[in-house]
Amino acid sequence: MVVNTESVAVTDIDAPAPEPPAPSRQWVYRHSLPIRIMHWINVIALTLMFFSGLQIFNAHPNLYWGNRSDEGKQLLSLAAHRDSAGNLVGTTRIGHHPFNTTGVLGVSKGSDGTPIVRGFPSWLTVPGPGWLAMGRRWHFFFAWVFVLNGLCYVGYSLARRHLQRDLWPTGADWRGIGRSIIDHLRFKHPRGAEALRYNILQRLAYLTVIFVFGVGIVLMGLAMSPRMDAVLSPLVEAVGGRQSARTIHFIIAWAFVAFVLIHVFEVLISGVFNQLRGMITGYYRVDTGGIDTAGAHTEGVDTGSIDESTPARAATAEEPPHE
Amino acid sequence: MSDRRSFLRMIIMGTAGIVIAGCDRISQSSWGPKVLDSAEGLNRRVQALLSPSSSMAKEYTEADISPVFHANGTTMPTTPAYQTLMANQFRDYKLRVDGMVDRPAMLTIDDLKKLDTRTQITRHDCVEGWSAIGKWQGTLLSAVLDHVGVDPQARFVVFHCFDDMDVDTPYYESVDIGEARHPQTLLAFALNDQPLPIPYGAPLRLRLGRQLGYKQAKYLSRIELVRSFDAIGGGKGGYWEDQGYEWYAGI
Repeated sequence: MVVNTESVAVTDIDAPAPEPPAPSRQWVYRHSLPIRIMHWINVIALTLMFFSGLQIFNAHPNLYWGNRSDEGKQLLSLAAHRDSAGNLVGTTRIGHHPFNTTGVLGVSKGSDGTPIVRGFPSWLTVPGPGWLAMGRRWHFFFAWVFVLNGLCYVGYSLARRHLQRDLWPTGADWRGIGRSIIDHLRFKHPRGAEALRYNILQRLAYLTVIFVFGVGIVLMGLAMSPRMDAVLSPLVEAVGGRQSARTIHFIIAWAFVAFVLIHVFEVLISGVFNQLRGMITGYYRVDTGGIDTAGAHTEGVDTGSIDESTPARAATAEEPPHE
Repeated sequence: MSDRRSFLRMIIMGTAGIVIAGCDRISQSSWGPKVLDSAEGLNRRVQALLSPSSSMAKEYTEADISPVFHANGTTMPTTPAYQTLMANQFRDYKLRVDGMVDRPAMLTIDDLKKLDTRTQITRHDCVEGWSAIGKWQGTLLSAVLDHVGVDPQARFVVFHCFDDMDVDTPYYESVDIGEARHPQTLLAFALNDQPLPIPYGAPLRLRLGRQLGYKQAKYLSRIELVRSFDAIGGGKGGYWEDQGYEWYAGI
C-alpha cells in the first residue's frame, strides 16, 4: 500500500491552542474500475429486478407455503373489496391479521388518479400499469445482467483477493464486534485511515448480501421455473415447495431493499460526497490528521489498500487525478 | 416530522417515478421489447442445457393433490361447435389430427384411451404465480404422433381450441416436437379420476410437465403438425404469445 501524504500546513501561528493535529489529506485509490462498474451495473439490475418483480407479484398478490396455492392459506395477501359506500378498500393480510392499506397496497391510484385494484402501486412497478408479460421480460432480461455481473464480481474479487482480504472477517474483527455494534448504533464512524478498512459489520453485511441474499434469491427464482424444477426438485422440496420458494424469493427481495436503505443511510452519514466519489472515480479522501475516536477500538490501524489490485495508484495530489 | 416524512416520500416516489416512466417509454418503444426479448432464446437454450429434454417434472402423491384446483382462463366456451358437443356430453367428439402427418385421423376419446396412456400427479404452475396439483390421466402425445406418422420435416405441434378469446380469435398453442414427445406431455381426458370437467378443458386438454399453464391448451379441437407457425393466429405460436407472453414458458 503506497499512501503518500501531503500535509497541508497550518499557517495560522496565532490560532488559539489547542490546535488539533495538522490535518493532512491523502487520496486513496479505493475501488478499482471493474469494482466500480460492477457496483453500478448491480444498482441498475437490482432496481429493475425489484420493480419488475413487484409487477409480476401483482398478477397474484398472495404468498403461500408449500407447493400449492390453496385459497384461505395465504401467508400474505394484498386484496381489495368495496365498503358499504362503494369505495374500494385495500387490505393487506399477514396471516389472519388484516391491515387497511388503501392507497398503497391492495388499492392505489391508477394513471388517471382514480383508485384501482392492484397489489403494489404503479409507482413501484415496471412497467407502471399492470402488464405482466412486459414485467416478465424486464425481469428475465435483468436477471441475466444480475447473475453475470455477480459471477464476474465474485470471480474478480477472489482472483484479486478482495474477498479474502477485505470482506472475510479477521479474528480481531470478531473480537471487536460488540464495540462495532455500539458504534453503529451511535452513528459513529471511523475517520482517517481506519475508514478505509471495512469494519466487521460491513464485512458481515456484504458477505451476507452476496452469498446469502444474492445466491438465495437466484436459486429461489430458478426454483419457480417449471423446467428447472425437473432437475431442482430436491432443492424445491427442501425449502418446502414451489410456493415456499416464491415466498422466500419475495422476502429476500425486501431484505435487499432493507440492505440498500441501510447502505445508503450509512453512505449519507459517513461523508456522502467522499463515498460517492470513491465509487465513481475510485478516489477516496482520507484525513489523517484527526483520527476519530471511533477508530480507536481496533488494534492496529491497517492502512492497507482496500483494493490490492492497484497498489501503486495512490495519488499524491490534492485533487483526484483523472482516470 | 410530517414535513420530513412527506419530503422523504416525495424523494422516493419521485425517483421511482422517473425510473418507471423511463421504463414505460422503453416498454412501448419498438426497440425496447426486442432487446429484452433477447433473453428468451438464451433462457430456452440454457435451460435445455441445465435441464435436458429427458428431465422429468416431479410427480406427487395422492396426498399432495389440491383440495380445489383453481380453474383459470376460459371456463365455459360459448362457440356453437362446442355448445353442440357439450349438449351431447361430448359423445360426438373427435380430435382431428392433421397437417404434416402420413395418416390424418379423427380420434374419439375411446380411440385415445386405446393408445398408450399415463396417470400422473403433477403440479400446474400459472404464469400469474399460483400452483395447483392434480392427477391427470391422458394419452401420451408421442403415441398419437406415432399413430398418425409425423413428417420428419415437421417442427411444431399446434393445438387448436374450441374457445374464442375475442371475437373470432380462438385459443391456440404450440410446442416443438421434442416437448411434444416428452413422456409427461399428455392429451388429458381425466382429472382426479373424473372425466375432465368443463372448466378444466373438457373433453380433452394438453398437459405439459415442464411449462407454464398458458401453454396447456384446453378444449382441444385439432392438432396440426407444421414446419412453422408464422401463418397461424398472430404468428407468435399461441394466443398469449400473440399478447406478448414468451413462447418458451419454462420459466
